[in-house]
Amino acid sequence: MFELLGIPPQALFGQLLLGLINGSFYALLSLGLAVIFGLLNIINFSHGAQYMMGAFVAWMLLTYTGINYWWALLIVPLVVGATGVVIERLMISRLYHLDHLYGLLLTFGLALIIQGLFRNQYGVSGLPYSIPAELSGGTNLGFMFLPNYRGWVIVASVVVCFATWFAIEKTRLGAYLRAATENPTLVGAFGINVPRMITLTYGFGVALAALAGVLAAPIYSVNPNMGADLIIVVFAVVVIGGMGSILGAILTGFGLGIVEGLTRVFYPEGSAVVIFVIMAIVLLVKPAGLFGRTQ
Amino acid sequence: MSEALAMTDAITDSLLAVRNLNGWYDESHVLHGINFDVRPGEVVTLLGRNGAGKTTTLRAIMGILGKRQGSVRFDGRELIGLEPRHIAQAGIAFCPEERGIFSSLSVDENLMLPPQVKPGGLTREAVLDMFPNLRERLGSQGTKLSGGEQQMLAIGRILRTGAKFLLLDEPTEGLAPVIVQQIGRTLSQLKSQGFTIVLVEQNFRFAASVADRHYVVEQGRVIDTIPNEDLAANMNKLHAYLGV
Ligand SMILES: Nc1ncnc2c1ncn2[C@@H]1O[C@H](COP(=O)(O)OP(=O)(O)O)[C@@H](O)[C@H]1O
Ligand SMILES: [Mg+2]
Repeated sequence: MFELLGIPPQALFGQLLLGLINGSFYALLSLGLAVIFGLLNIINFSHGAQYMMGAFVAWMLLTYTGINYWWALLIVPLVVGATGVVIERLMISRLYHLDHLYGLLLTFGLALIIQGLFRNQYGVSGLPYSIPAELSGGTNLGFMFLPNYRGWVIVASVVVCFATWFAIEKTRLGAYLRAATENPTLVGAFGINVPRMITLTYGFGVALAALAGVLAAPIYSVNPNMGADLIIVVFAVVVIGGMGSILGAILTGFGLGIVEGLTRVFYPEGSAVVIFVIMAIVLLVKPAGLFGRTQ
Repeated sequence: MSEALAMTDAITDSLLAVRNLNGWYDESHVLHGINFDVRPGEVVTLLGRNGAGKTTTLRAIMGILGKRQGSVRFDGRELIGLEPRHIAQAGIAFCPEERGIFSSLSVDENLMLPPQVKPGGLTREAVLDMFPNLRERLGSQGTKLSGGEQQMLAIGRILRTGAKFLLLDEPTEGLAPVIVQQIGRTLSQLKSQGFTIVLVEQNFRFAASVADRHYVVEQGRVIDTIPNEDLAANMNKLHAYLGV
């Protein structure tokens, strides 16, 4: 059948795999954006820079202290998430009584500053981060050759996305978060510390971005611009999925990665723009996004 | 007004003492010196027309009004200036007029949401015994309940917290007579268990069936105080106040 269409199966599966890898990053990043947007009502424009910080902190840990990839998966989200906590406490929290636009401008400015600092220090040529030995090499699946690290990225992303979804939709802590997203005033009047919840939620969203950065480090070169390039697509993903929907962010992330991969097979010229074309159509047909609820 | 003040001044053993409470929405001055008292174990109502300032008074006590001045003493402690969560932790629970059932939470999650602030709250089982309708709907989305069931959920969930002082904003609004009766029985039951209740009501027949004393609110002030036993003698006056 593939031969009929003139497409070798290896190329199809190869692009599907690439699509799933990209989709893994779209899903992790748009999930963090959705969690933050849900409770804070701001679009976190620093998200790409925080993803880049994740990759850089992993690189620094390895280069300066010898701390390996596996520890980095744990330490980096904590460290970068903590910077998010500080940013929320010191800056973002002062803007909640103003229009959402101010939060957007602040986080956009922060992104430019963070990227500028890393560019000054490390240049833009990119730094290598090698695949951990345990995950080097690949596996022959019969129909295709799967590099182990790429398989790991997909599995890790699915697990983290599912765990986040579970924590938000199925646990008591998640019920607090959902309630505060709906009506923070009433949740506060029940005696719950809503400001602290907001701070921790921002820290968590940032930690997700940083985790994605660690996962990305061995695949893409560690580069100050890596977040800025990716985040534009992720914003389109978020618009398509609908702001604030957790499951929507995850499914749209993986789905659009696959759509992008398939486009690269069947109509390569369109692969760079297909997500933006879908975004335009969704905006026209269902402005709240595929999974969004109209307010 | 001086009559109202004179009567409230006579109460010295209040659990809640509201004095010269002023409140604003942005620039708009809505409460102009509210005074009233609630003794431990009492049910007290705030009666008044739509827009009189009853809801705003409850919001001001709970600390969720943007700007407020004056004094709200609860159990000897000044609440003005405290964050809402600290007011809740002091032992005051709030059931808002719009009920505040969360649509993204199941009935059970809504019920279990408010954290315990004091020991001695009702157990989940006791709340479900009190409102058996809820038991069959625990897995449903909170806002899928009927209006009456949502009201039961809104009252039931704050009974778990251990707070013994309840602010209930129009719990009978828009409900069928049988449900109103059920809520009336619940309030009497709570009173007998030692709860203290501030009840905002438009339905003064309902109010008369549960309350010890009524405060009449008009244009952001308490303009009259009527002990429940004097209610019959004051019917004409009350009709004039409420415009019914
Ligand atoms: N969110 C608000 N913003 C501005 N004004 C309000 C708001 N809520 C109520 N008001 C005004 O405050 C006054 C008192 O309202 P409220 O306390 O809700 O009255 P009641 O509960 O006695 O019907 C009314 O004039 C009302 O229009
Ligand atoms: Mg009202």
